[in-house]
Amino acid sequence: MSGSTPMDALLPLTVVVPLLGAAGVSALNPLFGNRRRLLDAVAILTAATVAGMLIIIMVGTAGGQQVYWFAGFTPSHGVALGIDFAVDQLNAGLAVLAALLVTAAMVFSWRYFERVSTYYHALMLAFLAGMVGFCLTGDVFNLFVWFELMGVAAYALTAYRIGERGPIQGALNFAITNSVGAYLTLSGIALIYGRTGALNMAQIGQAIAGHRPDGLVVVAFALILLGLLTKASIVPFHFWLADAHAVAPTPVCVLFSGVMVELGLYGVARVYWSMFGVGLGHRTSITAALSAFGILTAIVGALFCFRQRHLKRLLAFSTINHAGLFLIGVALLTPLGLTGAAVYVVGHALVKAALFLCVGIVLHRLGSINETLLHGQGKQLRITGVVFALAALGLADLPPFALYLGAGWIGQSGDTRGMPWITVVIITTSILVGAAVSRVAGGVFYGIGDPPSEDPRMGEEASEETSETDEAKSRVPLSMIVPPAVLVALAVVVGLLPHLGPTVQAGAIRLQDQGAYNATVLAGTHTAHPRAIMAVEDAGVTVTDTVTGAGTAAGSLVLALVSLYWRRLPLLRRGFEPGTGLVGPIRRFQSGVVNDYVTWMVIGLACFGGALALAIR
Amino acid sequence: MSVFPFVVVAWILTVGLYGIITSRHLVHQIVCLIVVQSSTYVLLLGVGYKTGAVAPYFYDIPGNTPAVDPVVQALALTDVVVEAAVTALLVAFAVQAHKRFGTLDPEELRQLQG
Repeated sequence: MSGSTPMDALLPLTVVVPLLGAAGVSALNPLFGNRRRLLDAVAILTAATVAGMLIIIMVGTAGGQQVYWFAGFTPSHGVALGIDFAVDQLNAGLAVLAALLVTAAMVFSWRYFERVSTYYHALMLAFLAGMVGFCLTGDVFNLFVWFELMGVAAYALTAYRIGERGPIQGALNFAITNSVGAYLTLSGIALIYGRTGALNMAQIGQAIAGHRPDGLVVVAFALILLGLLTKASIVPFHFWLADAHAVAPTPVCVLFSGVMVELGLYGVARVYWSMFGVGLGHRTSITAALSAFGILTAIVGALFCFRQRHLKRLLAFSTINHAGLFLIGVALLTPLGLTGAAVYVVGHALVKAALFLCVGIVLHRLGSINETLLHGQGKQLRITGVVFALAALGLADLPPFALYLGAGWIGQSGDTRGMPWITVVIITTSILVGAAVSRVAGGVFYGIGDPPSEDPRMGEEASEETSETDEAKSRVPLSMIVPPAVLVALAVVVGLLPHLGPTVQAGAIRLQDQGAYNATVLAGTHTAHPRAIMAVEDAGVTVTDTVTGAGTAAGSLVLALVSLYWRRLPLLRRGFEPGTGLVGPIRRFQSGVVNDYVTWMVIGLACFGGALALAIR
Repeated sequence: MSVFPFVVVAWILTVGLYGIITSRHLVHQIVCLIVVQSSTYVLLLGVGYKTGAVAPYFYDIPGNTPAVDPVVQALALTDVVVEAAVTALLVAFAVQAHKRFGTLDPEELRQLQG
């Protein structure tokens, strides 16, 4: 791009501002002293400023890609010399989502923590910079660096309550598994650099497009994807996620579930569509290999979610379920599949963030996050109960929350590609997850049904949690209830936006057009109408989607009632109570031992690499 | 360019992963993670190596002298910086684990399960 537009100034600022904010609050720490509110205000303002800048950028990309070359190193004769930010609607939208959630989390933290260290603010802002940089970059090594910045900030935030046992174990598991994934990704980047001599994604894509994919390209693709899939908590790389969510401070969980996991999947889509897509030839077998992992993830996540009694772990497994569904959407390789995944991600982020914040309020007020102990205890938290119940229904795909559109479009696109069972997977797993969360809503906030039987281990876990928050207050502070309420309302607003489908689909088509991406990045020529690789389907709001979504939500409610009243039902009386069956095998599987997790990663890499090798043969 | 550096890479990677999986001591496990990362240094430098080429400083040599690829060296350097941050953080976690659990055996850390 030639000349300097206001956009050129804004793009680098989206990462410079949070990094400066992080450095600033650390450096000026002595000046802040005990004026903690000043510190909170600086962090909120910084995050909100970044969100504002990104919204301006997102609106500005409506007409196409914006490319910014750092230090003015523009490509020379089609060869990329510098590092670029290449922004389109979808990655700008994801970055906006990250900045909004950080803002909401920081507002929530205002009253949530009794005392808070400066490094909390610094780490949150560094985390934000990592996420925004990861979204916007157009250089694959740069992608790895942002990935690691995001990772290191996240590991440190997980261990925020460093004086306790759970956070240390959770952070160790998180850090070691994700580091192994990141180093394998780096190996893949090194291999593809060895083949193409380039680090710019567009240039790598151009270099491998003209040849039949050989072993080296397939190995590089598998290795690069491994780190991203680990971040995206795809089975069998998912074990760290539940441990990290169980122990991280609640406002941090909002970011982990809301965007960090989804960024891993964005990475998969970006790497595929900007680098490998044309070279690998958009084969049906790639869809088969990736969506198999997605389906497995969705099922495992939903089953583990349903049997959980620890609220943060329950929500964490629900995130794993959704990550699987998003991966299916990406794996379909169709514009509508990616559109569905994008809308699903946004709806899920808003709803899941609200759920986590409500759990934070429960922890703040009632001193526990164990469903067993909390049964009927949340009745006086009226507004929190309403917000939580609404968010639970949204998570179960109830229209008009945005999630039902995403689920419907992914299913519809699966039908067109001859995979009608994708709809079945989406509906059944969504019912399980929706039932688990609705069960919590009914049991904890309204005292419906019978209390679950005691589990001694849970008391021990729950007692650790209380030190995270301020002492119980007489009423919920406004700064804690407003963010989740606004997020739930936003999920409805997004679901009701006119022209949502066609607008997002236009962004998806642009992201998927590698030729247009190459032309914009390497030659600066703008393509007004990107070409869709697969057939474009109609991304409208159909009656089928609405009925399916409402049916899924109704099914969730029925299953939730069954699991609350199971003791009084004739056939189920002798059956397993949710959370009591198969305790031994499940504890051995989700063992908390990082050695086991890395073993699963190696097995997963072997399966994944094998599946890709067969697919691309 | 010979295949030898890549055999070394595969060997270091395998040994590191084997170490992480079988380790019974957190510090040993963290060192094994560094070993896994070391494989990426060798890989990067191996990718950019050219037989008979000089170091890429063009201060006092003619501009057309064959030199090894400086880009991978910059990448390896960045990689080292990343590793320093991750390792420091992990070792700090290990110190805390020893304080709170009284052990450094990852299989004895039993706070989170199921």
